[in-house]
Amino acid sequence: MKLSRRSLLKMSAATVTLSVALPAFAQAIDELVIAYNVNLPSWDPTVGPSAVNPTIQGLYQSVFDQFILQQPDLTPAPGLLTDWGWNEDRTQVWMDVREGVKWHDGSDFSAEDVAWSLARAADPATGNPIQFVWGTLANHRVEGNRVIADVAQFDPTIFKWMYFLTGYVLPKAYYERVGAEGFEAAPIGTGPYKVEQYERNAFVRLRANADYWNGVPEFETVTIRFVTDAASRVAEVESGRSHVTLEIPYEEYDRLRDRSGLAGVAAPVSDIAMIFFNDIDVMLDENVRRAAVHAVDKQLIIDRLLSGYGVAISTLETPEYAAFDPTIEVAYDPDLARELLAASGYSTDNPVRFTIQTTRGFKPKDYEMIQAIVGMWRRVGIEAEIEVYEVARHYELRAADQLAPAAFYNWGNSVGDPTTSTGFAMFGPSPHSVWDSPDLIEMIGPLWAEPDEATRIQGWKDVSRYIAEHAYVLPLLQYVQPILHASGVTVVPHASGALLPHLMTRA
Amino acid sequence: MFLRRLLTRIATTLVTLLGVAVIVFAVIRIVPGDPVAMMLPPGATEADIARLNAFYGLDKSIPEQFFIWLGGVVQGDFGTSITTRQPVLGLVLSRLPATLELSIMALVIAVALGGLVALTGTRLRYTRTEGALDVANGMALSVPDFLWGLVLILLFGVLWPVFTISGRVSPQLVPEFATSFFLFESVVRLRFDLWLDLVQHMLMPALALAIPLAAIIGQLLKQSLKETMHLDYVTLARTKGYSENHVILREALRNAVLPTLTLIGVQFTFLIGGTVIIERLFSYEGLGNMAIDAVINRDLPLIQGIVLLFALLFTLVNLAVDLLYAVLNPRLRHA
Repeated sequence: MKLSRRSLLKMSAATVTLSVALPAFAQAIDELVIAYNVNLPSWDPTVGPSAVNPTIQGLYQSVFDQFILQQPDLTPAPGLLTDWGWNEDRTQVWMDVREGVKWHDGSDFSAEDVAWSLARAADPATGNPIQFVWGTLANHRVEGNRVIADVAQFDPTIFKWMYFLTGYVLPKAYYERVGAEGFEAAPIGTGPYKVEQYERNAFVRLRANADYWNGVPEFETVTIRFVTDAASRVAEVESGRSHVTLEIPYEEYDRLRDRSGLAGVAAPVSDIAMIFFNDIDVMLDENVRRAAVHAVDKQLIIDRLLSGYGVAISTLETPEYAAFDPTIEVAYDPDLARELLAASGYSTDNPVRFTIQTTRGFKPKDYEMIQAIVGMWRRVGIEAEIEVYEVARHYELRAADQLAPAAFYNWGNSVGDPTTSTGFAMFGPSPHSVWDSPDLIEMIGPLWAEPDEATRIQGWKDVSRYIAEHAYVLPLLQYVQPILHASGVTVVPHASGALLPHLMTRA
Repeated sequence: MFLRRLLTRIATTLVTLLGVAVIVFAVIRIVPGDPVAMMLPPGATEADIARLNAFYGLDKSIPEQFFIWLGGVVQGDFGTSITTRQPVLGLVLSRLPATLELSIMALVIAVALGGLVALTGTRLRYTRTEGALDVANGMALSVPDFLWGLVLILLFGVLWPVFTISGRVSPQLVPEFATSFFLFESVVRLRFDLWLDLVQHMLMPALALAIPLAAIIGQLLKQSLKETMHLDYVTLARTKGYSENHVILREALRNAVLPTLTLIGVQFTFLIGGTVIIERLFSYEGLGNMAIDAVINRDLPLIQGIVLLFALLFTLVNLAVDLLYAVLNPRLRHA
């Protein structure tokens, strides 16, 4: 390339001109650019920490299909599996596999891929963190276009896991040919987009899969830039360099969504904020627990701290979940809280004291919420001392059952089943539950293997009511996810919180 | 004599690195945050936890884990990242050039700005201009680099969007080069379009890193210059009829720059450390950005690899500064 001083100057001028050109949101969108809030560490959606990171699932679902499709309202729909079920005595599962689907390299997708993916997920040697679920199926085999597996241990939610964490179908022949490293370098799936270019910690460039079985995505090219700092993401969209972003402060969302050329969509997602109660010390007193629950004005917290973006909840089930029961309501009643505390000998002059643990900055306004709650508690006779810790510390303490009497946490349940919300959070034998009383264990125990779906769901509703009556946990609110975008693009929010480019269209 | 000093420094460097390795290995295992606990979903049992601990080699005692890791390091195997499942050494080396290029660009900007401030301040000493420069210097010094980053993003990313505020290179231009030193290699390959794109991406983060360092350099160099201007040999140069510019640039600067050089060496290591936050802020794909992800995910092998490499960089930079100082300072050279 010949370069003279004149051409260098021209090039510089052109670069500057391009830089100061109109923001992208003022132009027709050709290549969609998304400023994403997390990095993508690995392309294998079944192994390692990223496999269980809910935020990353949107990236995986752009490239890979899950066994079963999950719709934006969390309900399942035929995907790579067109039909599925158990045999009469529930000793086997069967899955019919979609025909005519192609992998991104042009090879045919088949039932072999499904059987191999299930067997691989169940193999402890692969390091799949959900292996304990996939391991409930064994002896996977293909019969024509159908995959059959033996039920090693009955799990009524096994098909729900097929559109949840690590429930992805990977290419058997390709993976065996290129190995784990080759797959990381050049991943292929059957999903709506193909990976065209990937720079770790920087971006991934996707190209629409022209053979996609569920319709070709509208945007031919999508660049997802990993912009982990919220202020930088706001700047990306405000300057027009990116068309879509998520997880920005609510104040910024309100400031920008009505600006010319920009728009916003804010919908509830399957993440909730809650306060675990540990069955130790003063929390063994039901009056204290109930007072702590009734003293919290959740709507006030949502309105004042979250700019109105949140849904107050009384149980660990949100309206989108299968076992949501709108008749269970725990009212804000500070007078009742005072009465309950008085019955146990506590008052504002003689408050009950305990520690509450919280993260700070891990979720929007987490610490501020706890500060507000502690203030509400103080007014009725509860003096709580705040201890701030990292979320990693929370996991460690929870696994060791050493959390403080109260601990703030946020729980995600994008599959919407009660086992993965109330079940895992409240069932004593689980190393991740906090409240371990025998009455609850006895009530929940039979539901894990209840074969009748209606009975099972009703059982979980009863558990939720029982938990609310005894105040074994303090559910706070369901989060709302703000998505800011250029007005030239229409974004369909997914209740799981996944930001999916193939659901985006030109406005 | 010189060779002996060099060998001693290299030996000291190795001991330092071993110390860093021991401390980092122990500390990241003692501080709260178990990578397996973070990875497991709530339904996992104790057996599942044990299985994953064994899978990642975390079931062994800390000393046992350390010696396994150290044995690998000696053979060039820094382990496998928990989050990416890639060899740590490859990951770290692939990101190092980006951080080095950013740091060097920041250093160049800092030296240029700081030098300009010092020379102008010295030339116009005891005037209002010197006072104004001192005020500006004070402001630059009192604001940390990440706040400068936010200011630059707001100014040149949003209000007047002339510079790119995220990433290292435009996705459409990612080169297939032999090395990851894109800035250097784009010049060698005469890819000036790419070079311009890289500079456009790097300028804002580099400036954010450079501003506080430029203020320090400016302050110290000006102080040294002003002191040197009173020395006899400078007075002699004036009496010979040399111009003030000649006296400053040709006579005083060479001696005055020595303390600044040492400072630059020390500050450069801090500057590399500063890239951790700045890279995050500007979504720059360097080592610092990777380090934050590694810490968030408790990716122990990757944290160890990154910290060890940072430590190696720091000691090498200090070594280089010492050697350069010895070359430039005749008293040390002939000691």
